[in-house]
Amino acid sequence: MTIFPMLAVLLPFVAAVVGLLFSRVPHRAPVTVQPPDRAAGERANTRAAWIATVPTAAAAVLAVVLAWGPGFAYFTGDAAPQPTGQTFGTIVTGAIPISLTLQADALSSVLGVLVTLVALAVQVYSAGYLADDPRYPSYSAFVSLFTSAMLLVVYSGDLLVLYVGWEIMGLCSYLLIGHWWEDRGNSRAAVKAFLVTRLGDVGFLFGIFVLGVAADSFRIADVLAAVPGMSPATLVTATMLLLSGVAGKSAQVPLHTWLPDAMAGPTPISALIHAATMVAAGIFVVARLFPAFTAAPPTLDVLAVMAALGMLGAALAALAQDDLKRVLAYSTISQLAYMAGGLAAGSDTAAVFHLLTHGAFKALLFLCAGVVIHHVGSNLMTQMGGLRRELPVTFVTMTVGFAALTGIPPASGFFSKDGVLAAMDDALSTGRLTDAAALLLYGCALATVAVTGAYAARAWLRTFFGRPRAVALPEPEPGTAHVVDVREAPRTMLVPLVLLAVPALLLGFAGEPHLDLGIAVISVVLTLLGAGAVYASWRGDPLADPARLLGPLRVPCERAFYLDAVYAALVVRPIRALAALVVTTDDKVVDGAVRGSGASARRLSGMLRLAQNGNVQLYVSGVLAGVLLIAVGAVMFT
Amino acid sequence: MMGWLPVALLAVPLIGATLLLLAPDALRAVIRTYGVVVSGVTFALSVLLAATFDYGAAARMQFEIDRPWIPGLGLRFHLGVDGISLPLVVLTALLTFLCFVYLCWRGGRSPDQLRDDRPRELVFTLLVLEVGMIGTFLALDLLLFFVFFEIVLIPMYFLIGTWGGKGRRAASIKFILYTLLGSVVMLLGLLIIWAQTGTLDIEALSASHGAGMSRSVQILAFVAIGVGLAVKTPMWPLHTWLPDAHTEAPTVGSVLLAGVLLKMGTYGFARIAIPVLPEGAVAVAPWLGAFAVVGIVYGALACLAQRDLKRLIAYSSIGHMGFVLLGFATLTPVGVNGALFANVAHGLITGLLFFLAGAIKVRHPHADMPSMGGGLLATMPRLGSVLTFASIASLGLPGLAGFWGEMLALYGAFQPANPLPRGLFLTYMVIGGLGAVLTAAYFVVMLSRVTHGRPRAARPAETPPPADDRLVRAAPDERPVVPLRPPHSVRALLGPPPSRAELTADIQGHELVAWTPLVVLILLFGLWPGLLLSLTTPPVLTLLGALS
Repeated sequence: MTIFPMLAVLLPFVAAVVGLLFSRVPHRAPVTVQPPDRAAGERANTRAAWIATVPTAAAAVLAVVLAWGPGFAYFTGDAAPQPTGQTFGTIVTGAIPISLTLQADALSSVLGVLVTLVALAVQVYSAGYLADDPRYPSYSAFVSLFTSAMLLVVYSGDLLVLYVGWEIMGLCSYLLIGHWWEDRGNSRAAVKAFLVTRLGDVGFLFGIFVLGVAADSFRIADVLAAVPGMSPATLVTATMLLLSGVAGKSAQVPLHTWLPDAMAGPTPISALIHAATMVAAGIFVVARLFPAFTAAPPTLDVLAVMAALGMLGAALAALAQDDLKRVLAYSTISQLAYMAGGLAAGSDTAAVFHLLTHGAFKALLFLCAGVVIHHVGSNLMTQMGGLRRELPVTFVTMTVGFAALTGIPPASGFFSKDGVLAAMDDALSTGRLTDAAALLLYGCALATVAVTGAYAARAWLRTFFGRPRAVALPEPEPGTAHVVDVREAPRTMLVPLVLLAVPALLLGFAGEPHLDLGIAVISVVLTLLGAGAVYASWRGDPLADPARLLGPLRVPCERAFYLDAVYAALVVRPIRALAALVVTTDDKVVDGAVRGSGASARRLSGMLRLAQNGNVQLYVSGVLAGVLLIAVGAVMFT
Repeated sequence: MMGWLPVALLAVPLIGATLLLLAPDALRAVIRTYGVVVSGVTFALSVLLAATFDYGAAARMQFEIDRPWIPGLGLRFHLGVDGISLPLVVLTALLTFLCFVYLCWRGGRSPDQLRDDRPRELVFTLLVLEVGMIGTFLALDLLLFFVFFEIVLIPMYFLIGTWGGKGRRAASIKFILYTLLGSVVMLLGLLIIWAQTGTLDIEALSASHGAGMSRSVQILAFVAIGVGLAVKTPMWPLHTWLPDAHTEAPTVGSVLLAGVLLKMGTYGFARIAIPVLPEGAVAVAPWLGAFAVVGIVYGALACLAQRDLKRLIAYSSIGHMGFVLLGFATLTPVGVNGALFANVAHGLITGLLFFLAGAIKVRHPHADMPSMGGGLLATMPRLGSVLTFASIASLGLPGLAGFWGEMLALYGAFQPANPLPRGLFLTYMVIGGLGAVLTAAYFVVMLSRVTHGRPRAARPAETPPPADDRLVRAAPDERPVVPLRPPHSVRALLGPPPSRAELTADIQGHELVAWTPLVVLILLFGLWPGLLLSLTTPPVLTLLGALS
C-alpha cells in the first residue's frame, strides 16, 4: 500500500513513454515520404487510446484505494490516519538534501481521486474527439504525462519534487495548447502560457528556497512543523514569493492573461488542464502550506485583494465574450479567485471543497462545450442556438453544469460556494484580514454571484435556445475541430459527460455539508437576479446579445480591460528592443573592441614597417643616430 | 593498481593518430571504421574507468600515476581521477565516439559525414583533439594541465579553418588568437603560484588551501588564471570568439567545442582556481558572480534577436555558462555542485542541439530561421520532436538534466559562503532567475518559428551571410591549396552521392545512433540527479575545505 502513490505516478508516466515511442510501430522507413496512410493512422490511434486509457484507469483505482481510508476527513475535520507512502531515496546536494517522498494524506488523496477520474474521463472523451487527428498518439501521451506530473504534485512530500511536477505540468500545458501548431495563433498562445506561468514559477522556486532554508529541510512535514519558529519577515517573503507562482499557475490577477488564450488547445485539454486540475494546483499548494500562509497576514491581504479583483473582473469579461470557450475560461479565472478568496478568508477546507466541485462541474461544462463546438463547427455563440433538440444529452448535462456553476441548489456548486461565502462572512468579524480587504472581498464575491448568474444564463440561452442558426459549414481546415454529422456525439464522448454530471450534481452532499441559511438565500437571490436580467433582455430580442446590458462597459469587458495591450507595451516590446540593442552592442562594442585590437595591431605594425623599407641610407642614418645618442648619453651620465 | 587506465586513455587516441601518419595508405580503405574503433576503444576504457572507480571514496584521487617528466624543472607526469573529473572524462570519450559514429555510420552518404573532404586528416585531427581534452581532465600537474589545455587549440583551429563554413578562416583565426591570449595570461597565473609555493602539484596545492601565498598574491593569481579560464568558458564580455567559431565550425566541431572545450574552462575553476587560491576566490567571487549574471541575461537577450539557429545555440551557451560561473562564485558546496552538474548537462544538451542544428543545416543549406519557413514538425516530425526535446531540456525543465545544475546554482546564490556579501548574491539570484525566464522565452520562440506553422518552400537565406566581422579586412583567399577532390582511388570507395530524397528525409540512421545516447542520458540525469551529485559532493566538500 505504501508504494501506491509511487505506482500512481509511474503508471501514466510509463504510458506516456510507451505511447510516444511505440504507438506507430512498425515505424515507416524515414527515407520514403509517403502520403498519410489512413489505415495505419487509425491503427495507431486505437493503439494509443488503449495505451493511454488503461494505465490512467489503473491509477484511478489506486487513487481511490488510497482515498478510501481518509475519506472526507479533510473536510469534516476528523482525525485522519497517518499518510500512506514512503521515501524512495534521498538526493544529496551539498546542502539540504532532496527526498523523493510520495505519500497520500487526507488532502492529497482526495485530490488524487479528482485528478485521475477527470483525466480518465478526458482520455476516453478524447478518443472520440480526436479520432481523426493524425497526431492523436502524441496528444494522448502528453495527457498521460500531464496526469503523472499532476499526481507528482499532489502526492509529493518534498517541495522541490513538487516543483518538478509543477513545471512538467506547465510543459504539458504548453505542448497541448500548441497541439494544432499549424496555426501560428495557437503557437503564440502556447508560448504565452508557458512564459507567463514560468515567470511566476521563478518566484515560486525562490519561495521554496526561503522556506526550505528557514526550516533546514525541503520536506513539507518538516517545513510545516518549523513554521511557528520562523520570523514574520521570512514567512511573508516566502509566502509572497510562493504566491507569484500560484498566481501564474492558477491564472490569478495579474498573471491570468494566458488562460483565455490557452483555449486555443483542443477542448478536452481545456477541460482537464485549464479547468479542473492544473490551474487548481496553485490553490492546492496554498492549502498544502496553509499554516505558513495563516502565519503571514499581509500575504493573506494581498491574496484577498487579488482574488476580489480577479473574480469580479473575470466574471464581467465572461459576460461580454462571444467565444463559448473563452466564456468558460474567464469563468474559470473567476471561480479560482473564489477559492483563493476562501483561502484568504481563512478556510482552506471551503476552498478545497470548491476546488473539488469546480473540478467536476467545469470539466463537465468544457466537455459539453466540446460536443457543441464539434457539432456546430465553430466556437462562437453567434453561430449557435436552438441546440437543445439536436443535442438532448449534452443539453441536460450542460444544464447541470451551469446550475452547479451558478450555485442553484441542489447542485454541488451551491454547497461549496456557500461554504466559501460563509468563510468570507466570518472573515469580516474575526479580523484575520484587514477590514478593508475583508469588506472588498465579500462585496466582490456577492457581486460576482450575480454576474455569474448572468453570464451562465447568457451562454445557456444563446447556445441551446432560440432559433437554430443555419450556417453553411465549410470543410474545416486541417487542424481545427472536425464536424461530426451524426445527431449526437459518439458514445466515447457522451459517457464521460454523463459520468461527470453525477458528481457535478451530487458532490455537494458529500462531506457533511453545513449550510449557512442566510447566505444561501442571499446568493440564490443574487444569482436569480443576474440570470433574470439576462433572461428579460434575451426575451426582448432573442437574436441580440444580452451582453448589451453592460452598456459602455461592454468593449472594455470584451477586451478584458486591455491588460494584454498594457503588458505588450510594458514588457514584451521593451524586451524585444533590449534584445536588438544587445545584438548591436555585441557587434559594435564588445566584438568591436576585439576587432579594433586586431586592426590597431595591424596599424601599429604598419608604422613599424615604415622603418623597414629597404633603404640602406635610412638604415645607416639610423645606426649613426643611435651611436650618437649612446655616445652623448655616455658622456653626460658618467 | 589500475594506474595504467588514465595513461591508456591518452595513449589509445594518440597511437591511433600516429598510425595514421605512419601508414596512411594501409588505413585509407578502412578510414571510417578506423575512427570509430579507436574512439570506441577509448570510450570503452572510460567506461571501464567509471566501472572500477571506487564510489565510496569519490573525494580521493584514484588511478593515480606520478612520474618525473622534466626533472630539471620539477615537472611531473601526474594523472588521476576523482569524482569531479570522472564524469567529464567519460563525457569527452562519449561525445568523441558519438561524433565518429555520426561521421562514419553506414558508409557516410550524407554531406556532413566523412566524405571526400580529406577524411584521413579529419580523423587525425579529432583523435589529437581527444588526447588534449581527456588529458586536461586527467592532469594533476599545473604545467601538464596547461600543456593539454593548449594542445586542444591546434586541432580545433584546423577543424574550424579546414572543414568550416564560408567565413571559416576569420572565425578560426579569431578563435585561436583570442584563446591563446587567454592562455598566456593563465600561464602567468600558474607561474605566480609556482614561484610562491615551489610546487606545481595540484593535489598538494589544493590540500594546503593556499598556504604560503599572501592574500594579494592569491588575488593576482586568481585574476590571471580566471581570465584565462574565462576566455575558454566563455564569460561575458570575453565571449565574442564563440558565436563565430560555432557558426562556422562543422557539426562535429561545434559539438565538441560546446560539449567539451567550454567545460575545460569551468573545470579549471573547480580544479585549480578555487581550491588552490581560496582567499583570492573570496575576493574575486563577487565580480565573478556579477559577470556571470550579466552573461546570463545578455546571452538570453542576444538569443532573442538571432536569426541563425547555430548562432542562437552558441549564444545560449554563454547564458548557460553564466549559471555555471554563478555556481562557482557562490563558493558553497551546493553552488559548486550545481555548477559541475550544469557543466555536464550542458555538454550533453548543447552537444545534442548542435547535432540537430547541423542536421537542419544539411537539409536546408543554411540555418537562417526566418527563411526556413517553419513547419519542421510537419516536414520532418522526428527531427522536430528531438529539437523540441533538446530545447526544452536546455531551457531547464525539471525532470531533464538542464534543471538541476541551474537550480542548485541559484540555491547556492541564495546562501553564499560566509565571507561573501549575501545581499549582493541575492540580487544575482533574482537576476539569474529572470535570465532563466528569458532563456525559456528564446527557446520557445525559436521552437515556434522553426517547428510550428505551415511549411512553405524553403527560400535561400534572405540576408547575405552575417555581417562582415573579419579580423583582416583584405579579401581572404579561401581556395584550398590542394584540390578538395580526392584521388580517384578514394572516390571509388565512396558510395554514390546522396539523392535529393535522402537529403530532405527525416532522422537518418547515423543521426539516430549518435543522438539516442544523449537523449537517454539527459533523461537519466534529469530524473535521478543523485547519480552525478553523489559523485561530486565528496570532492567538492574536500576542495572547499578552507571555506566551509
